[in-house]
Amino acid sequence: MPDILRMFSYPFMARAFAAGVAVALASSLLGVSLVLKRYSMIGDGLSHVSFGCLAIAAALNWSPLAVSLPVVTASAFLLLRLNESKRVYGDAAIALISTASLAVGVIVVSLTTGMNVDVYNYMFGSILSITQTDMILSIVIAVIVCGVFALLFHRIFAVTFDEPFSKATGLNTDVYNTLFALLTAVTIVVGMRLVGALLISGIIIFPPLAAMRVAKTFRKATVLSAIISVICFFAGLTMSFALNLPAGASVVALNAAVFIIMFAAGLISSAVMKRKV
Amino acid sequence: MRELLICKGATFSYEGMAVIKEADFTAFEGEYLCVTGENGSGKSTLIKGILGLKQPAAGKIEYAGGLKKREIGYLPQQAAVKKDFPAGVLEVALSGCLNGMGLRPFYNKADKERARECLELMGVYRLKNRSFGELSGGEQRRVLLARALCSAKRLLVLDEPVSGLDPSASRELYDTVKMLNEDRGITIIMVTHDIDAALTYANKILCLDCGKAFYGTPEEFSASHEGKKLYGGHRHA
Repeated sequence: MPDILRMFSYPFMARAFAAGVAVALASSLLGVSLVLKRYSMIGDGLSHVSFGCLAIAAALNWSPLAVSLPVVTASAFLLLRLNESKRVYGDAAIALISTASLAVGVIVVSLTTGMNVDVYNYMFGSILSITQTDMILSIVIAVIVCGVFALLFHRIFAVTFDEPFSKATGLNTDVYNTLFALLTAVTIVVGMRLVGALLISGIIIFPPLAAMRVAKTFRKATVLSAIISVICFFAGLTMSFALNLPAGASVVALNAAVFIIMFAAGLISSAVMKRKV
Repeated sequence: MRELLICKGATFSYEGMAVIKEADFTAFEGEYLCVTGENGSGKSTLIKGILGLKQPAAGKIEYAGGLKKREIGYLPQQAAVKKDFPAGVLEVALSGCLNGMGLRPFYNKADKERARECLELMGVYRLKNRSFGELSGGEQRRVLLARALCSAKRLLVLDEPVSGLDPSASRELYDTVKMLNEDRGITIIMVTHDIDAALTYANKILCLDCGKAFYGTPEEFSASHEGKKLYGGHRHA
């Protein structure tokens, strides 16, 4: 046990825990709405866009965040709009943007530095690379997302549940969609430094999907999703420290395990319910 | 009577094809307006136009008499709700109260009381702790109607409200809507295939057919060409 506690004595681990818990919280809250609005793959798509941006930023020696934040935000808007217009299928749109950005990123990387440790870190995350700025940014975004969910919870439910009804009865749905695109983009840009471009989807979609197996109301699903995500992150990072495993993969693997458990629990509880009826 | 909704030469089209051509009508406060017509005649399109979900290609639909969007209640024809959506019945009904809340972030006692009353009116209050996705089609319809009642302060727009309901439930629903119209003065705009009900309950009928619209009282409608056409194929005792 003292071994486990010792990990907090490393400053980089303390930063990783603080940033990670914050990102896990933000992504799992946003994830509930994204999954229910059929945007599960948006995290995956945007993280590849972010990868392309980081490659270009590194090549030009610009600040990674200054390039990726605006571009990823713009892509998030584009994807949400494309889906609304129904001219391109939402999932196809995400695949288009994501693979194109990945291709650009890989080309830029191979022309400049080559596939090195940095690229590996973008793809799979690195807790060592978390700076003080990343940590503060993660905490700020988590506080904003939590605040938005606390104050606008019922409206977020309404827009997620039935957008035409909300719009018809006077709710400004565009404001909520814009807010979601913005928060999702920032969360992904910050989160992918931690768990990596390939795994960021995992922390967005697994906690809500796991929660929805057992929770029957939106409120319960949202709260449970946040709890699952934070616990999985904490346990995953501890596991990676103790067993010397990659951090991002450990967190996502734990999330997957919790999903399977919840899936079984959901089946059992609905079987019990049926027997009662 | 005050004007509530004015439709002036509104034309709606999908990819260049006009579905509704120059529809003209005015809904007055306290009216019960039934919109009928064959499948594909543009009834749902008109409803979307009235609710501001689709912009007319020409002409316009205006709210009058100070009507605001947040005084409207709406029952969609088919809710695009997925089975696995974690939504409690009470959460769904309460969401109808959102449009009257202004900037207030949480529901207050009056909202909760209103949701309870509307669910009771639709006979589904006993389901309040159930998950919306687990309910039968008819039960879901009643819950969505309760939500529409929560949000309807002056105008209630119903798109085929009785589809999926059995005959006795349909009758109850028509009676409830009539009560809302007469006792609370809520204006009703209802899309229906049920010509009998339209002639019984409505005091104005809008019939959309072949892009041209008939607009008048039930008596005028029965005597009209469109009325005979629709009514003729609709034999009853």
